[in-house]
Order: sequence, then C-alpha cells, then structure tokens
Amino acid sequence: MSRIGIFVCHCGENIARTVDVAAVAEALRDHPGVAWSEDYKYMCSDPGQSLVRKAIEEHELTGVVVAACSPHMHEKTFRRACAAAGLNPFMCEMANIREHCSWIHEDRDEATAKAIDIARTIVEKVKHNRPLESIRIPVTKRALVVGGGIAGIQAALDIADGGHEVVLVEKEASIGGHMSQLSETFPTLDCSQCILTPRMVEAYQHPNIKLHTWSEVESVDGYIGNFTVKVRKKARSVDEDLCNGCGDCQAACPAKKIPSEFEAGLGTRTAIYVPFPQAVPNIPVLDRQNCTLFKGRRKGLAKDACGKCKEACLRGAVDYDTEDTFVEEQVGAIVVATGYGLYSIGREQPEGLKGYGEYGYGEVPDVIDGLQFERLASASGPTAGAILRPSDGKEPKTVVFVHCVGSRDPEKGMSYCSKICCMYNAKHAMLYKHKVHDGRAVAFYMDVRAAGKGYDEFSRRAIEEDEAEYIRGRVSRIFREGDKVKVWGFDTLSGEQVVIDADMVVLATAMRPQAGAKELAQKLNVSYDEHGFINEAHPKLRPVETNTAGVFVAGACQAPRDIPDSVAMASATAAKVMSLFSADELEREPAVAVVNETTCIGCMSCEHVCPYGAVEVKEIRGRDGALQRTVASVNPGVCQGCGTCQAVCLSKSIELETFTDEQVYAEINALAAWD
Amino acid sequence: MSTVAAPDTGTAATAAAPRAPLAYYPGCSLHGTSREFDESLRAVLAALRVPITEIDDWSCCGASSGHATDHLLGVALPARNLALAEAQGFKSVLAPCAACYNRLSAARLAVAGDTELAERIPDVLGRPFANTVEVESVMDLLREAAVMIEEKVAAALTPNPLEGLRLAAYYGCLLVRPPEVAGYDDPEAPTSMDEVLAACGANPVDWNMKVECCGGAFSVSRTASVVRLGRAIIEDARRSGAEALVVACPLCHSNLDLRQKAIMARGEEPMPVLFITQVVGLALGLPAAALGLDRHFVDTEPFIRRLVEQAAVRAAAEEKVKAEAAAKAAARRGKAESA
Repeated sequence: MSRIGIFVCHCGENIARTVDVAAVAEALRDHPGVAWSEDYKYMCSDPGQSLVRKAIEEHELTGVVVAACSPHMHEKTFRRACAAAGLNPFMCEMANIREHCSWIHEDRDEATAKAIDIARTIVEKVKHNRPLESIRIPVTKRALVVGGGIAGIQAALDIADGGHEVVLVEKEASIGGHMSQLSETFPTLDCSQCILTPRMVEAYQHPNIKLHTWSEVESVDGYIGNFTVKVRKKARSVDEDLCNGCGDCQAACPAKKIPSEFEAGLGTRTAIYVPFPQAVPNIPVLDRQNCTLFKGRRKGLAKDACGKCKEACLRGAVDYDTEDTFVEEQVGAIVVATGYGLYSIGREQPEGLKGYGEYGYGEVPDVIDGLQFERLASASGPTAGAILRPSDGKEPKTVVFVHCVGSRDPEKGMSYCSKICCMYNAKHAMLYKHKVHDGRAVAFYMDVRAAGKGYDEFSRRAIEEDEAEYIRGRVSRIFREGDKVKVWGFDTLSGEQVVIDADMVVLATAMRPQAGAKELAQKLNVSYDEHGFINEAHPKLRPVETNTAGVFVAGACQAPRDIPDSVAMASATAAKVMSLFSADELEREPAVAVVNETTCIGCMSCEHVCPYGAVEVKEIRGRDGALQRTVASVNPGVCQGCGTCQAVCLSKSIELETFTDEQVYAEINALAAWD
Repeated sequence: MSTVAAPDTGTAATAAAPRAPLAYYPGCSLHGTSREFDESLRAVLAALRVPITEIDDWSCCGASSGHATDHLLGVALPARNLALAEAQGFKSVLAPCAACYNRLSAARLAVAGDTELAERIPDVLGRPFANTVEVESVMDLLREAAVMIEEKVAAALTPNPLEGLRLAAYYGCLLVRPPEVAGYDDPEAPTSMDEVLAACGANPVDWNMKVECCGGAFSVSRTASVVRLGRAIIEDARRSGAEALVVACPLCHSNLDLRQKAIMARGEEPMPVLFITQVVGLALGLPAAALGLDRHFVDTEPFIRRLVEQAAVRAAAEEKVKAEAAAKAAARRGKAESA
C-alpha cells in the first residue's frame, strides 16, 4: 500500500492568489494511498524542503507529490530533498498547479478544483512509480573536430588547452579553410592570414592535437562519451614523415596549368602541390586526377608517363603506390565545423536550385564572385594584391558589386539572408577604392544589414569616406559589350532604370553548406534544415548542441556566420565538450526506453522511428548457443527519452521509464473517475 | 473546322508514339496579320506528324485589353475557349501566339487557384467548365520534337539551307514570362528556341537581348518607343553575328519586321525576321511558299535564295570530296590487286 505525501506550495502569491491551496491539501488528505498532506508558503525554500524530509521520515512515505511549479523548475530540488531523506528520488513527482493552473485562470473556485484534479492525477501516477537508478556512462576524454577552418581550429585549440586530446580532421591538404583565402577582414581591415596562420601553426604544434589532413570521416559508431570514428586518410602519395616541405617536387612537376582551388580559379597550381605557401602542414598532396603519370596509368600505358616529382625528391618521400588508409579514433565528443561553400550562380545548379543565367557568370570572364575578389585583393593572390580584371589584366575603373545573389531569393531556392555579404561588399568597395583612387565602386543592394559591433559604422564609411555609390535595387542583366560589362539595374528609390558600363562585376553569392555536409550529418545522426545547414538543439538556449548528445556544432555549417560568430561558437562548443569531460562518468536521468524482451516480437519498428539511432537488434540465444530469436534493445547512453518508439510498438513491449503506459493510464483514469 | 491530315512522311526510326489529339487556338493574329505563322505551323506540324484541330467557334482571348479592363473579363474570355476545347474532347490546346498562350495559361492558373472564381466562371460563360485542358506553347512543343527534327533534317534529300547559319533567338516577354504562367523555360535566360535552332542545324548566337522588350502593343500609339527598342534588339543581334532574327510571337514579329524600315532608317542592311516555324520548315526542306516566307515586310527572298545557293555549293563540294576519296580508294584497291 502506497504512503504518499502531498506538499502544496503557495509560491508566495503566485499560486495562492487564484488557488485555495489549503483546500487542495485538505481534499488530497482523504485520497486513497495518501498518508500526509500539507501546504506551505515557499516549498522550495530550505524550511519547505525540510518539511518534505521530515514528513518522509515521520510518516514513512513511499512517494512524494509536490503540487507547485513546472518540473523544469524544481523537480531536481525536491528529488534531491527526497534522496537526502532516504527515499528513491524517482518516487517524487511534481504536480504543476502554477504554469498549468494558477497563472492561466482567474476564477478561484474553478482553479482550485482543477488544481485538485492535477494533484490527484499525479498521485495516481506516483503509485506506479518504480525506484530507478541514474544511468552512468564512462566518458572517453578525447574530442573529434571535423573541419579545420577557423571554427574547427578554435574549438580544437580551446579543448586542447583545457588539457584534453583532440583529433582534428580536415578534408583539404591544409587547415585554414576559407579564412586563409581572405584578403582583409571586416570591420577592422586587418590581414586575414596574419591573424589566422599563427593559430594554424599553434594547432599543428599543440601536443594535444592530432591532425589528419587530406582526410574525411568515413563512419561514426557509438554514443555520447563513447564514439568510435573511422577516418579515411586519402592517398596523399607523399610520406608525411619523410617530407620536409622543400618544394622541389612542385618545381619539377610539368603540369602547371591546373586551376587552383585556393585561388578560386584565378591562378594555377601544379599536380603535386601545397595549396598555398603558408599551408599547415607544409606537405604536398598529389592530385591524381590531373597528374600526367596517373592519367597515363588510367589509360593503361605500360610505362609511367612521368615521374619528375619522385626524381626531384631527395628524401624519397614521393610514393605513387600509396592507397587510402583508415584510422580508428576513440572519442567522447564530436564538434562539427565543416563550414560553407558558395552558391554557384551560373545556369547549371546542383540540388534542384535555380541559377542566374542572366548574370553571365562563367560566361563573361569579368563577372566574378566574392571569394575571387578576395584573391584579387590579397597580397598573396595571383595579382599580388593589384586589382586587375581576369579578362585582360587591366585595372578596372568601374566595378559593380551586386548584393544578395541567391540569398533572400525563394525563387532560386534560398530564402535566407547570408548575413556576411553586406559587410564584405562594403569591405570590397573600400579595398578597391584604396587601391584604385580614381575608380568608381557601385553597389546594388536590397537592404544594408550591418548588425554587429562596429559594423554599421564600417558600411557607412564605405559610402561616406570612400564614396562607394549605393543603389537600392536589383540588377536584371549583366552582359559583355565590347570590353565593357554592361549592367542593367533598377534604382527603386528614384524609380529609374540604371545602366552602368562596368569593367568588372562582383557578385555576392549566397552561402551554402559545404559539399558533403548532409552525408556527414547522416553519419553523425544529426538533423539538418532544407538547405543542408545543421540544426541546433534549441535555437536560443542550446545553440551549439545538436539533437544527438555529444555532437556539437560550430561555425557556418549551422547557418551563415562571420568570423567572430564562428569563433565564439567554436569556443562555446569547447566549453560544452570540457564540461562533458569534467567527470569520469556521465550521469543521466533514467528516463529512457526499456524493452520487454519476453514480449518483443523483433519487428524493429522502433529502430526505424528512433531519431537518435538508439535501438539495436539483440540476439537471444539458447544454452547451446543457437540463435532463438532477435529482439530490440535500447542503448541507454544514446536514448533521449522522446517516447516515439513507445507510440509505434505493436506488441506494447517498449516503454519509457517514468512514462510507462501503466502510469499514463493511471493518470487518465484519475481524471475520468472524479468530477 | 479544318483538320490537318498527317501525311506519312516519317521513317520507321522517327515515327514517334501518336500524341493525344491537340486542339489548336490560332487567335486573331494567326488568322490575320501573321498568317504566315499559321501556314508555317500547319506545314511543320504535318511534317512532324502532330495532328491539330482548330477549336470550333473560338473567340478572342482578350489579350492586352481584356485583362487591363477587368479581371473577371480577362479570365472569362480565354476560359470560354478552354471550355470549348474541353467540350470538344481535348486534353491540351496549342496556342502559338505568345499573348494568347499567356492569357489562356494565366486564366487556367487563376481558376485553379481560386475556388470562388472556379464556381463563378461556368455561370459567366453559360457552359460547363472543369479547367481540365492544358495550355501548350509552340516552343514547348517544338523543343519536345527537337530530336525528331534533328533526325528528319539529317535524313532530308535536299541540302539543309540552315547549316551553320547564325541566327538570333528572340523570346521577348510573354513567351517565357511570368514564370508561374510559362514555366517550361528559364524566364531570364531561356534556351528552348536555341535548342530547336541547333536541332535544325543552325548556329544560335549568344547575344544579350533575348528577353528584352520589343514595345509590345505600342506599335501604333508610341511608334518612336517601339522603333528605339527594336533598334537595340536588331543592333545587338547584328553585333553578335546573326544573319536573321527568329521569333515566336506575332507582336514581336510585327514590331521588328513591319517597323524595320523606320528602325533601319540609317541605311543599314535589313535583317530578316523569321518565325521559328518557318525556320524549322526550311530545315525540313519544305517549300518557301508553303511557309509564307513571301508575306514579310523585310523581303526574305534574296536571303533564302542565297542560303539555298550556298547549301547547294556546300553539297556539291562535299560530293566532290566524297567522289575524290572514293576514286582514291578505288585506285588503291586497283594497285593492290595488280600488285
């Protein structure tokens, strides 16, 4: 027989104003199974909690119902109080008569009646509660960071500085990401590489950071605290231990006309290459797609067509026969920082997006995108920082900047604002004017969105000090006429058509998630939005967590972000990872699904619906070791207690602890039985 | 009602599966100012074995003036023709005139998206209307037939006068816009006509005024504007190396052809303006008279004559090369045998 104690809280005036708390305590006193009932002004205060402890001891209570606020507010408080008095904490439940009753009703009698109903319902539930133990999970205090851009570098450094090992995986030959391509950064115009490269070197040399470049995440198994990650190290054709980065192989390579990804197609590279001189690690990779030797091998030539780089390498580091290798890493937490790619503007689009054929990108050589302009403006770029247009290498005297190309255009499949373009357009206009004093910079904009510290001042500076002409309106067509690039637009403030004979046009294209981000998200079992950006667990209160425990997200793979935002987010993930690593074991609430293996028919419907991948197939074997049948099994480390499996189970064999069918039916019965 | 029979001109390889019967809505232009569009369309579709049947008792689509006067009138006028096509058992209607296409398609869309309007229209029309008939543009139809056109051109007995001819595909506005009404092509950078021209063996030029305004219905009320706009179009086409303009809209045609004398007042060479169906017809080897090529204001006769002559010279040269190659091969064979 249950001996349940009822503790009704006034919450000052919060509950007592509309609910007759004494009447609630009185009504529950005679309820079957209730051994004690009282009310108090502030139940969560120390004297209030001691009332609970005292009553448990004096009346030998087997369960406690606190009729007060939401369980989110004080369930933990009262469960602790119960535990202190020797009662299993999971025998204590909250009856929410504040948010669900007193705050939302005015009529005192009706509110009191409802509060009594709520309390009785919870009493009936507690009668079916079972003593539970917290789940304890061991934690591997080692983190994986996917993506070696500024966000990934920051997260890795912060975690490593906190004393934990970090595995940093980067799919390119060097870490640094897009930030290494930028010339100068807004709103301070400090040199991007100057502030980034020391961080890259720091990450490379940090004793706690293990770097895998030219590598990708192949598969992920396990759960929070206990992930097993398989990393594919793509065949580099260069021995990372033997290579000393002298560059002789690059000098010897005869294939010199390959468009450089780092230079956004404006410069060239060799087939064996480091992407840029400050690359970290300074170890080349061999691009087998464009290598003369491998082209020959693909054609089936009996003799290798080249071999110059191997001949040139005095340390014997070049090896044409390396293959992809796999490394298995055990980690307790994962940070996703895969960054962004740019919308491709031209006619042909991947993923069902639409292009801007009318802007001539890819057809008119002097129509470029933002990253290409960064390379033109960069001192380390193909023009050594001189603004020279791609078609004929002349200095453009009129440059048009077009905002929102793809962004905020639902017709093209991207309804969102890319956030950084207003700022980098202002920066581009400034950089251009600083280098070409007699030049004319014209920007077509929809709105200028310059929210951020020093941001609006910066974009005003472009207009007021550097005399960039800002025209509010869209561009309808861009085409080549002679050696000019004709820009047709519309000024919506004056209501007039604008035609500009430009020398070069820079399109501020939408930010998209990095190619392959969706596949990675699927491997990690984290959700993403319709554009492929990774979803955060809560847009306001859990911005760097994902829906999978132990997987965190930083930077532009979650939404368009600038450098300060990405860095802040990365540090936030590091703080989350370190708090996860602060104990040897992870304690979790036992509100997880449990399978009744006797009745489970092994249909695995639960496995299909589980959003967290927590359900696995378990084999039931007889004494002779022969397989008898298979049933579902829930990994308590992965289960988040959402209850979806419970809803689909055909044989009623899977239940959520703390919300069993029995408990919920008891609550419903309680509501139906009394008026 | 007139029905164009489908003469069996196709080879076994090109005989495509028969299409569902297609209703034909000519509209006023194709019966009047643009008779050559109607003639060339009928000739080409017959050659492509696409049977069309003119909608019995069709009436005005209300273009330009109808929808500018009143929304209901603007929907009801084209809806009447759709209702007729529906009653006559058609699943889709071909509207070659860009303005007719736009009005018919817009009415179909308006009724589909407005249940109140859908209930009201049958009362207004005095006849049932279930909005089941699809509206097809001539560009959409020809693009679908592009493979067949290419095969027929390759199989033709006479040399193709269009081989390598540089043509500017001019779409104008209503053929591809607004995107929700004419969804078969990119509204800002369309390619359907270029694809059809390429299928004809011609060389569609890359130019800039593909979708710019020709002046539309202002030919009479604001002639100076139409002349200014037409000049920009023709000059850009010429700069891009085009020898003729290709259109699929009677209004575009009249603005560029009828007004060309005024447009080219500075004594430039006139530029022929052809309907896409005329171009396809020429490629298929149909006689110029059957395509109404004599009905234009810019005389196309010298242009066509030059094309045919050049094609003949090209063909003769090819024949000669072939004959020489054959002779050489024969000589080699002879030598080998005697040796």
